Amino acid sequence: MKYLVLLFALIAAPLSAQTALPPAPYANQQIADPALERKAKALMETIRCLTCQSQSIADSNASMAGDMRSQIRERIMAGEHPEAIRAWLITRYGDWVSYEPTAAPILWPLWAAPLVLLGLGVLLLRGRIKRKGRA
Amino acid sequence: MIAETGLAALWLAASLALLQLVLALVGLKGDKPDLLAAVRPAAVAQGVLTAIAFALLITLFMRSDMSVLLVATNSHSAKPWLYKFAGTWGNHEGSMLLWVTVMGVAGAAVALFERALRRDTHMATLGGQAAISLGFYAFLLFSSNPFARISPAPADGQGLNPLLQDPGLAFHPPTLYLGYVGLSVAFSFAIGALLTRQVDAAFARAMRPWVLGAWILLTLGITAGSYWAYYELGWGGWWFWDPVENASLMPWLAATALLHSVTVLATRDALRAWTVMLAVVAFSMSMVGTFLVRSGILTSVHAFAVDPERGSFILGLLALYIGGALALFGWRIGAVREGAPFELVSRETLLVVNNLLLTVILGLVLIGTLYPLMTEAFGHKVSVGAPYFDRIAGPIALALMIAMAVGPLVRWRRDQAKAVSKRLLAPLCIALLLFGLVSVLAWGRIGILPFLGLVVAGSVGVASLAPLWKRNLRRTPLFTYGMVIAHLGCAVSLGGMASDSAFTVEKLVAARPGDTIETAGWQIRLLQIQPLAGDNWTALQADMDVSRNGAPVTIHPQSRFFASPPTTTSEAALLTRWDGQLYVVLGEEVEGGRWQLRIWWKPFVTLIWLGGIMIALGGALALLGRERRGWLMKWRARAAA
Amino acid sequence: MRKLLIWLPLVLFLGFIALFASGLFQPDDRIIHSRLVGQPLPAFNLPAAASDRPPLASSQLAAGQPRLLNIFASWCVPCAAEAPQLEALRAAGVPIDAIAIRDARADVDAFLQRNGNPYARIGLDARSEVQIALGSSGVPETFVIDGKGRIAYQHIGEIRADDVPMILDRLRSAQ
Repeated sequence: MKYLVLLFALIAAPLSAQTALPPAPYANQQIADPALERKAKALMETIRCLTCQSQSIADSNASMAGDMRSQIRERIMAGEHPEAIRAWLITRYGDWVSYEPTAAPILWPLWAAPLVLLGLGVLLLRGRIKRKGRA
Repeated sequence: MIAETGLAALWLAASLALLQLVLALVGLKGDKPDLLAAVRPAAVAQGVLTAIAFALLITLFMRSDMSVLLVATNSHSAKPWLYKFAGTWGNHEGSMLLWVTVMGVAGAAVALFERALRRDTHMATLGGQAAISLGFYAFLLFSSNPFARISPAPADGQGLNPLLQDPGLAFHPPTLYLGYVGLSVAFSFAIGALLTRQVDAAFARAMRPWVLGAWILLTLGITAGSYWAYYELGWGGWWFWDPVENASLMPWLAATALLHSVTVLATRDALRAWTVMLAVVAFSMSMVGTFLVRSGILTSVHAFAVDPERGSFILGLLALYIGGALALFGWRIGAVREGAPFELVSRETLLVVNNLLLTVILGLVLIGTLYPLMTEAFGHKVSVGAPYFDRIAGPIALALMIAMAVGPLVRWRRDQAKAVSKRLLAPLCIALLLFGLVSVLAWGRIGILPFLGLVVAGSVGVASLAPLWKRNLRRTPLFTYGMVIAHLGCAVSLGGMASDSAFTVEKLVAARPGDTIETAGWQIRLLQIQPLAGDNWTALQADMDVSRNGAPVTIHPQSRFFASPPTTTSEAALLTRWDGQLYVVLGEEVEGGRWQLRIWWKPFVTLIWLGGIMIALGGALALLGRERRGWLMKWRARAAA
Repeated sequence: MRKLLIWLPLVLFLGFIALFASGLFQPDDRIIHSRLVGQPLPAFNLPAAASDRPPLASSQLAAGQPRLLNIFASWCVPCAAEAPQLEALRAAGVPIDAIAIRDARADVDAFLQRNGNPYARIGLDARSEVQIALGSSGVPETFVIDGKGRIAYQHIGEIRADDVPMILDRLRSAQ
């Protein structure tokens, strides 16, 4: 039954790797200020969970994800900028931990891709219309 | 005995596929009509045999025959019958057999029901279908035998994965496969047409219903999958840009472009090369998707067990079929003449724009999905997810929606820009109105993309009804209604997506029984937490009274525990109203006798899937309308004769 | 121009085949390594995790001699499996400190009772803060810290018997 073996890891908490301690204070508690909570949420949705298959820490039951959420909320409440927190995490774990592509050179083709494809498309379109115009 | 019969049926079907291919090849090459006459019966027999094999596999699962390895590893005698049935395709081998069965049955349908296609193209098409099936038969028989025995047979099976014990499993994969693999027919049509050089309006008219059929099912399959993930995973998300989800989206994008392209070819005899290329791309994307899921090269929550040996086999099939088709395209498309010309301001141009934008989104999704693989080849690990895809695909999708709204209002071949803008006056006013309205409601509080999404959804929705204005509604063809409903469905779905992104209210709270929580106009009272037991699970259920200016309704989110394998799942409680859904999840107990609750109010989120159903419905009406017109014309011709 | 565009899809496809093939035959590496290897240890000051060992601060790891920093938890099954290797390392004279992740005093004591205690100092990281600051993604992991407080090497997973010589090697080269 391998089909969704990894899918159930998403919402399941395998009992063998369970920590006995309760979640960190701000793992499941929102910041009182809605604007700050929005900032924190936006950041959390782009940080990858380290112990899950392919989820953000905002969508994960894993205890480490909870700890990261708590840390992010606390740091945002302390006034830190979301991008600074992201950079801090990337210094520790590399680009992999951020779903939000950074400005790193290895990611430039990703940003160039839409422009290149749209450009190709416009070229194709011009080819067609031009021919028709001549006819 | 049953397993052996199933295996034998599969072998027979494979042999028939080989026979079908040889007969078609030799018959066409040497112009031997008696050989060609045997091709269609061979295709039908092949379809029947694969269906028998699949039915036998289902029987084995329903009977919980533990002497069959597949049943022993993926089923359990205690499962409810629905999940025994659906468990047939909840694994690699079973779903591969489903794939082959759909191909066989689709081929049989083309052999039985296709009357409009020129004979040699028809034979070439059936030959193509047989050629593709052969590779997948080989994969099944040599590398993934679903009927393998295990000896000694275990007392009971291992498979009781709780996540699969859901009605979604009974519906989502088969519909998806019918769509996915149904596109193989379009692929075979393209091969056939390239071989016989018949890329013209008649060919397009013959291919169109097959494309429509597969596309409708694929739309339904994706919609169902999205809703299943939404209520099952417990976080309120409905699309995750997961590689396997993308693998189902890419064929859909190609099929949507193909659908429009084939109509242009059928009615205007233009866009020949585009249509053939899209038909090849659509099924190629299906095959690439199946490779990604089964090879383990991408991390995905949907992936089957990693098996590089199987991955290599499928990679070989990909290289053979897609490479072969693209090579055939390059070699033969030059001989296909250019279609009828059209001007800049014309419906053809807008449909070309439609094709282009869909293809661009397809390309971007493909690149984004494969990018981590590419960078890893250089030793660098990256993650590409929702932030990239939303930002990239979103604006292009909005442009596409605008093209979708304008297209039906522009004449074929040649139109005046001024006349078009006059027709667009009403939707443009609506757009401006909405812009103002949404600004007032939510300026600064919602992102730019959801904002634009709301404006575009509203105005495009109105514009999609425009083809019906000033028309005698009773004499409007059914397929026009189909187009209108499908386009309206797109706008509705977009509206739901934008509304969900913009206006969802989330509340995380730790509550004690007796506490009342207020959020988004709702009063939610936690009554009690009680233990419950089910067939193969125990649960903690929260009983909660929710009300919004009225009588309270009781909802029951649960936290479920399964014994084997030890798993906790959350069963969200969903309360649907006309203007949105309340989504409540029960979490863990925390200190002080309090319980973690996650509560979302999601305005108009159900429009997302309602829109998907409307799109499929529109497609069905279009299909019915075209078929009916075909029958009417034939009937009239016969009556006149 | 048209010729180019017609053959472009095939060329691109062959590129994808090459990519897929490389993906299939590359060893599957799902492990996330810390990017701080070669960087100084982040500053931290943790309370005591066990009843019979002092607490741990980062300054104590920059005392001149290379030390091992073992990240473990009482609820972690492979951590018990690597206990004999850690004991062997301690017997060979290697100073080992530890950080217990998401743990409680009583559980850590019980774990050390069951599996032996090779540690000089143990810090308690109840909320994974130091674990995240180190770029560690799970337990067990072992860091080789050189005498100046820099992270010289990260070993992910439990230390097996045949890993011991390699760890000793890393410690020697960190002098």
